[in-house]
Amino acid sequence: MTSKGTAGSPPAPESAGVAENVIEVRDLVTYYGDRRILEHVGLTVRAGEIRIIMGGSGSGKSTLLRCLLGLNRPRSGSIRVLGTNLAGATSAELQALRRHLGVSFQGGALFTSMTVRENVMLPLREHTDLDESTMRIMARMKLEVVNLGGFEDLMPAELSGGMVKRAALARAIVMDPKLLFFDEPPAGLDPVVAAELDQLILQLRDAMRMTILVVTHELESAFAIADTLTVLDHGRVLAAGTVDEVRDCPEPRVQNLLNRRPSVEALDVDAYLRRLTAEDG
Amino acid sequence: MARAASRLGEWVRGRVGGAVREWGYYGALLAEAVYWLLAGGRRRQPVRAAAVFEQMMEIGVAAVPIVFLLSFAIGVMLAIQGIHTLRTFGAESEVVVGITLAVSREFGPLITAVVVAGRTGSALAARIGSMQVSQEIDALVVMGINPVRYLVSPALLATLAVLPALSFMADVAAWLGAAIYTRIELGTGIVAFGARTLEVLATEDLMQGLAKSVVFALVIALVGVSNGFSVSGGAEGVGRATTRSVVYCISYIVLTDMVFTWFLSQ
Repeated sequence: MTSKGTAGSPPAPESAGVAENVIEVRDLVTYYGDRRILEHVGLTVRAGEIRIIMGGSGSGKSTLLRCLLGLNRPRSGSIRVLGTNLAGATSAELQALRRHLGVSFQGGALFTSMTVRENVMLPLREHTDLDESTMRIMARMKLEVVNLGGFEDLMPAELSGGMVKRAALARAIVMDPKLLFFDEPPAGLDPVVAAELDQLILQLRDAMRMTILVVTHELESAFAIADTLTVLDHGRVLAAGTVDEVRDCPEPRVQNLLNRRPSVEALDVDAYLRRLTAEDG
Repeated sequence: MARAASRLGEWVRGRVGGAVREWGYYGALLAEAVYWLLAGGRRRQPVRAAAVFEQMMEIGVAAVPIVFLLSFAIGVMLAIQGIHTLRTFGAESEVVVGITLAVSREFGPLITAVVVAGRTGSALAARIGSMQVSQEIDALVVMGINPVRYLVSPALLATLAVLPALSFMADVAAWLGAAIYTRIELGTGIVAFGARTLEVLATEDLMQGLAKSVVFALVIALVGVSNGFSVSGGAEGVGRATTRSVVYCISYIVLTDMVFTWFLSQ
């Protein structure tokens, strides 16, 4: 169990034996303009595990995800993903790394001018020399994995929210990535569809032996799928460890988050109005 | 007074700085788009011919009816004004000389560029801006697909290929409009108008217009995509970028046309 800004060091999943670290983040600091977003964040994710990054709005979890994907450049610190140091990587090395990553964005980020099939086929078309019929078969297989068989010819605008997320997931896994990222998978979905998506994530980990990192603030979903968790608050790591370790963490802000307790006291309207009147007078 | 001057100075400095940054960005985008066109194949990320062809259809073929119609109308208007003016000197039969040169050097490329800026400049900004807002650009990046190679290079190549062709078609449409009006007004035959046009028209007149259309194509593609990539702030940001793209495209087209014409007339 680690807390307050130190790197998480989760135990390896039982089946993995001595698992290698697929993500290693050390002392990460990022800014947006003059505003510090992440403060000395550390994170270690081992092969084959599902790691949840949790935190409230503005905690820095989406920024951390963007840094891990190489979309944001940190001010300092190091990020190593599948052995590649993102800060020192050439564009060719980043290109090679990204072929082993899959990402399911919060809104799906499907290309609206393409059908579902074309969306799923795009990485194959761009990165392989496969013929059209093989690509179509592979796209269909991945769509069936996410229970979207038969919807290949629909446009993204014709899909429901849950179907968009599943189509995005099919596109994310079409290249059989080693590492899969999810940004807020249950966001905007009803509880049943969200639970189905959680099951799908677990199946992917088990069937395809992927390492999965999920950024979310949905507690139910997080605890349903997590092997390990990292809790962020105001850009710092508050807690990291297994589900039980995080549940037992004595840090009040972690308990506030887990028990959905507001961390600021409710506004006393009368006192507030009295203060305003006094200041005005 | 001093404060007002200081504010004005700051405003000018900000504007100039912004313009320098913006033109720097256009230059960087152009360099990267050309790099991918030339070296994409070697890096196993070619600019796909299908994508270029698709853009050519969208930018060029789909614009043919409106470019033809507007150019035809411009030709008719030039003929009306030309005949009216030259009648003062009793030289209305020479209207074909003015129309031939004005259309091939100025109006053909200009009206085509304005129409394409309205259609394509705005469409590029809106498309890329929407992709930016909905994280589709991020999705491309994390899939290992360079957005400039995938989105900018095909649009740039397609615009460069179709704008000169559209400009030439606009020339022909304007001459046709002028010829028909002249036939009605002066009784000059359309074939005779065409023969006189070919007699008056020098290769450099035609090339001047086509060279302009290449510059306009660069302006339209770069302003459109750079406004798209700079979108922030959701749907409102996309709307702002689209409007800005059209206004900037048309302004740059008119200004570069003026500079181009001045240099070529020296």
